[in-house]
Amino acid sequence: MADMSRHEGEVSRAQGTAATEEDVWSRYTTSVSRWQQRVKTSPRRPGNETTTNLSGLETDLLGLPDPNDLSEQGLERYLDQLGLPGEYPFTRGVQSNMYRGKLWTMRMFAGFGTPEDTNRRFKYLLEKGQTGLSTAFDMPTLMGYDSDSDWSLGEVGKCGVAISSLEDMERLFDGIPLDRVSTSMTINSPASILLAFYISVAEKQGVPSHKLRGTLQNDILKEYIAQKEYIFPPRESVRLITDLIEYCTEHLPLWNTISISGYHIREAGSTAVQELAFTLADGFAYIEACLERGLDIDAFAPRLSLFFNAHSNFFEEIAKYRAARRIWARRLRERYGAKSPRSWLMKFHTQTAGCSLTAQQPENNIVRTALQALSAVLGGTQSLHTNSMDETLALPTEKAVKIALRTQQIIAHESGVPHTIDPLGGSYFVEALTDRMEEEAEKYFEKIEELGGVIPAIEQGFFQKEIAAAAYRYQLEVEQKRRIVVGVNEYVEEETEPIEILKIPEEVEIKQRERIRALRARRDNAAVRKALDGLRRAARDGTNTMPHFIECSRCYATLQEQMDVLREEFGEYRETYAF
Amino acid sequence: MASSSQPERKIRVLLAKPGLDGHDRGIKVVAATLRDAGMEVIYAGLRQTPKMIVNAAIQEDVDAIGLSVLSGAHMVLFTETLKLMKEMGCEHILLFGGGIIPDEDVEKLKAAGVGELFLPGTPSEAYVRYIEEEVAKRRRDAHP
Repeated sequence: MADMSRHEGEVSRAQGTAATEEDVWSRYTTSVSRWQQRVKTSPRRPGNETTTNLSGLETDLLGLPDPNDLSEQGLERYLDQLGLPGEYPFTRGVQSNMYRGKLWTMRMFAGFGTPEDTNRRFKYLLEKGQTGLSTAFDMPTLMGYDSDSDWSLGEVGKCGVAISSLEDMERLFDGIPLDRVSTSMTINSPASILLAFYISVAEKQGVPSHKLRGTLQNDILKEYIAQKEYIFPPRESVRLITDLIEYCTEHLPLWNTISISGYHIREAGSTAVQELAFTLADGFAYIEACLERGLDIDAFAPRLSLFFNAHSNFFEEIAKYRAARRIWARRLRERYGAKSPRSWLMKFHTQTAGCSLTAQQPENNIVRTALQALSAVLGGTQSLHTNSMDETLALPTEKAVKIALRTQQIIAHESGVPHTIDPLGGSYFVEALTDRMEEEAEKYFEKIEELGGVIPAIEQGFFQKEIAAAAYRYQLEVEQKRRIVVGVNEYVEEETEPIEILKIPEEVEIKQRERIRALRARRDNAAVRKALDGLRRAARDGTNTMPHFIECSRCYATLQEQMDVLREEFGEYRETYAF
Repeated sequence: MASSSQPERKIRVLLAKPGLDGHDRGIKVVAATLRDAGMEVIYAGLRQTPKMIVNAAIQEDVDAIGLSVLSGAHMVLFTETLKLMKEMGCEHILLFGGGIIPDEDVEKLKAAGVGELFLPGTPSEAYVRYIEEEVAKRRRDAHP
């Protein structure tokens, strides 16, 4: 490779020196050669785009240290802490040629109103160039209630799409071939049921489960910690997740079973270090639950994925992602004994920070989102959602969401940034910050262990108190103008020109209520009862619940009917509040 | 006003999240702020029905109820709470709130009897002062 020959020459010049240095030198040259070989056999992006910069110079694929500049210890440190892309500890990236091989997936979170409304928005986004689907469900769906429940009054279709049954799911994916898209679904307590719906829709399309690609959020621990969409108590919830991971490991090998999330922890007000530490701690807790079940780590770990926030402090975020990859790789290999590199590498989705957006002067949010998206790309994300400028006011309009998508496309095609892997690697500042984030996270891991682990720590309110304190501290900083938020505590404008926002008509709730009632009347209710009984038995006797969710879904048992069985069997979690 | 030998009763505020919305960052910051401003705060938490909220307000003998709704269900939830407050004879209690509420809905709710609704970016002194002034006014009106 043109950009590597410079390094090769320098390395061979250095090789004539002392014996101990030669070991490190050989390790280094071997690593570099190994990486070069991997790059040769890595995928290439289709199309004609050049990787020369605007001066016509070929852009370096990877910046590497000049070995002559480093001592033996320095080179040792480089290999241990950073390594090469696509190789343990993956600090510099999980793929060997990163975005030259494949751009991150542009996956815009979308959902509102009726399934048809969201189906239209999905198709709009695909037409505008997004490369993966991401589904937002309404509060009733997230909380396991049908559209006609008393709890659903005023809530149907307001913050996401209303899905009460397989029939709604069929409407949602009408005209979208599930063997040709990958779909992320942001759903937690009822995650297994939504996956069952998805599998059933695919079945009707003639697509077998083993071809399905996508991700389920399915991360209940962060619900107790931050997003508060928990329903059942923690251990029963983790059991459902383990059932799903076990089932998917066998039947849906291309499906990411869980999206271990820091996004919501950050949105609730945590610091970046807390986001890093609490997310990874949750991940380790799930791994331990699966190992306790007797699952083979190298069978399920490759399909675990993560989900981080991209907040405003540019370099802090980049350091966070790099530290996360390194911590994950080390734990998976050293502590959990994973043998496969595919188990060690941490893949993640990123969303730009909703909590950083302002209702004042909303167009400024376009800029915030762009900078945050750039930090995620510099941090090596596999998938990215960019927020729309109007999201402090409502769900995004078509105009706003298009700008958000174009933001990603401009970064991808105009900035030149994707042509180089981990371009900030080796920066004194970024490497020191990466190390520091890792150290701080380790302190939290120790604390969590002292408390007995993640679930005991949740029960003691540890995470919740840390987050509430951080949120309060942040608010005081803003009020005291120690932290400037443009348009809010500085550069404030008195007049506001209202921007057009998305409104969800009341007809949505009326329509969805009618539909679910009609469905219940129309279907084979004896079959539904039988399927629900099967689910109840599995809930009680510990057999895997997934096949029962699928059977229930096929019979058109509603979301709430299935959830109510589990509410009866598992009970409902009661939080002790602290602020 | 009460005579100067009687200490002014601390303002008691019930804070709650009605409906299904679980986003509690804002309401917890408000709770801590009001507590630090010398008020007594009862945080009822998440998934409260309007009925649970009004019952708690009466039981706790509060001066004000603050509701946080970010889910878009604010019209139904605030309206129902107001209705119950009328039915259960606690219209003397100030009902205020915050969240993601479009301007036109803020107008509608205020016209129906809801107090101020504080939207994203509001500095804390705005709502602290509002509650202090409104509660003082209501106490004066109750004991002229």
